[in-house]
Amino acid sequence: MIKNISNLGDAALYCDFGDEVNKEINSDVIKYFNTIKENNIKGVNNLTPSYNKLIISYDLKVTNFREIKQEIEKLSQSEDTKTIGKNLEIPVCCDKSFSLDMERLEKKLDLKREQILENFFNKEFFCYMTGFIAGMPFLGDLEEQMRAQRLETPRVKVPKGSVGMTEQFANIYTFESPGGWNIIGNTPLEVFDSSKEKNPNLINPGDTVKFKQITLEEYKNYNEQ
Amino acid sequence: MSNNYFKVIRAGINTTFQDKGRDNLYHIGVPFSGAMDNRNYLLANKLVGNELDLPVIEFAYQGPLLKFYGDKVNIVITGDVVFKIRQNDKEIDGNCYETYELKNKDEINILSTNKSVYGYLAISGSFDLKLQWGSCSINTKANIGSNDGKKLEKDQEIKIYKVNENTNKKKINYLNSKIENIRIMKGTNFDYFSEEGKKVFLEKEYIVSKLSDRMGMRLEGPKIENIVNTNIKSEGLLKGVIQVPADGNPIIMLSDHGTIGGYPKIAVVASVDYDRLVQISPGSKIKFKEIELSDAETLFKLYEMETQNLLSQI
Repeated sequence: MIKNISNLGDAALYCDFGDEVNKEINSDVIKYFNTIKENNIKGVNNLTPSYNKLIISYDLKVTNFREIKQEIEKLSQSEDTKTIGKNLEIPVCCDKSFSLDMERLEKKLDLKREQILENFFNKEFFCYMTGFIAGMPFLGDLEEQMRAQRLETPRVKVPKGSVGMTEQFANIYTFESPGGWNIIGNTPLEVFDSSKEKNPNLINPGDTVKFKQITLEEYKNYNEQ
Repeated sequence: MSNNYFKVIRAGINTTFQDKGRDNLYHIGVPFSGAMDNRNYLLANKLVGNELDLPVIEFAYQGPLLKFYGDKVNIVITGDVVFKIRQNDKEIDGNCYETYELKNKDEINILSTNKSVYGYLAISGSFDLKLQWGSCSINTKANIGSNDGKKLEKDQEIKIYKVNENTNKKKINYLNSKIENIRIMKGTNFDYFSEEGKKVFLEKEYIVSKLSDRMGMRLEGPKIENIVNTNIKSEGLLKGVIQVPADGNPIIMLSDHGTIGGYPKIAVVASVDYDRLVQISPGSKIKFKEIELSDAETLFKLYEMETQNLLSQI
């Protein structure tokens, strides 16, 4: 449920679903996101779902805060919000050349490499949102014992495909980018394909993701099959 | 495809193709992008007789030096720009908002944006560009858009797809008004800041930092004290949102911004002031002035009417 709607500047609605980060609240955000997308509300030109907020941007030349707020309130009365999500498996290679921060994590978490990997690969993740850089999925939730802060000094360049952990989340760097997540491996899979006009994102909010460990050889051969 | 093209003799500092930008991709992490100063973008296309949403060349600070090869083409520069045109070994000073006809081997040398940041070059016709998600706009940080998502480089060719025939010389008198007071509305985390912090933000002057680009404008000045939390759970951003990270210096999100951020939002710039905000050059002072949503809506309507009025005079 939307707890409060306010304006974020003069060209966006800020829908607040609460302060907690959990799957239930986020699923609600995603349901609204999908419903609004399907309804093609006049003037709406962008939607940004996140853990517990949904920002609806609109073209101030065409509409305004009051009109969009009314439209959203109309929607919220209907129960016509559908559930979503597909199941995905993402191959990850944790060869030493890829797991850039494994030693740091072993120290910070006081866990052995094997335990970290076991926990990570047994986990079923939920995609809360995508963004920051194009296509980057924010996947949760890691157990308490697996939660580490981000690097004190972020890397200037994190390699494309890197799989990282920070606090309760895992993510995948869809491009080479600056970043401060703890990198444990790399996926050969194209998680964001900018040549696709439709659905360039492989992982979308609401999807369930499991990682599958692969060897360096499998990694190298992955894109040659 | 026409046989006309430009050769880039000097690329300039940050020269890109831009158009109206791309909608409906925030949720996958792709920002709006598009021409920073929308009014000058529209005026450029209108002056050369184009549809208003065609791609133009945007440059910042120092623009490109381009040599034209082909038959002829009309061009215009908008913004507050110093430039020269070389025709038959004669160099003339160019005027913004006035079209010029370039013939084979003529050159246009865009020297600088005068106490501003962005300027626009439009041709009468269209460049040969690949669109990505409906827009040519280049986002150099994510390598999205035409020209492989990269800024223009020395020695490359800019192919012209089509040159419009029978275009008349056109000219308007327009002066870009400059502003120091940026009108804002309170952001969703305004109360994360102490009374003193709010006062500082609304009353003191800030200096635009050299670290500003199409992603964001960094400001330097008195620190804004946060009394709640210097981080929020990551959530969506918009152009014009003013975030204050732990160091207390505000950052204003601009057109190529990251789509998600975790710093408290102290305020949002009113849409009416966006075109003029982006033109404020590093080292300049700015001050914020709080207005209500209803005022912001009215002011934007008036600004939009003024833009339409300018366009209708061309």
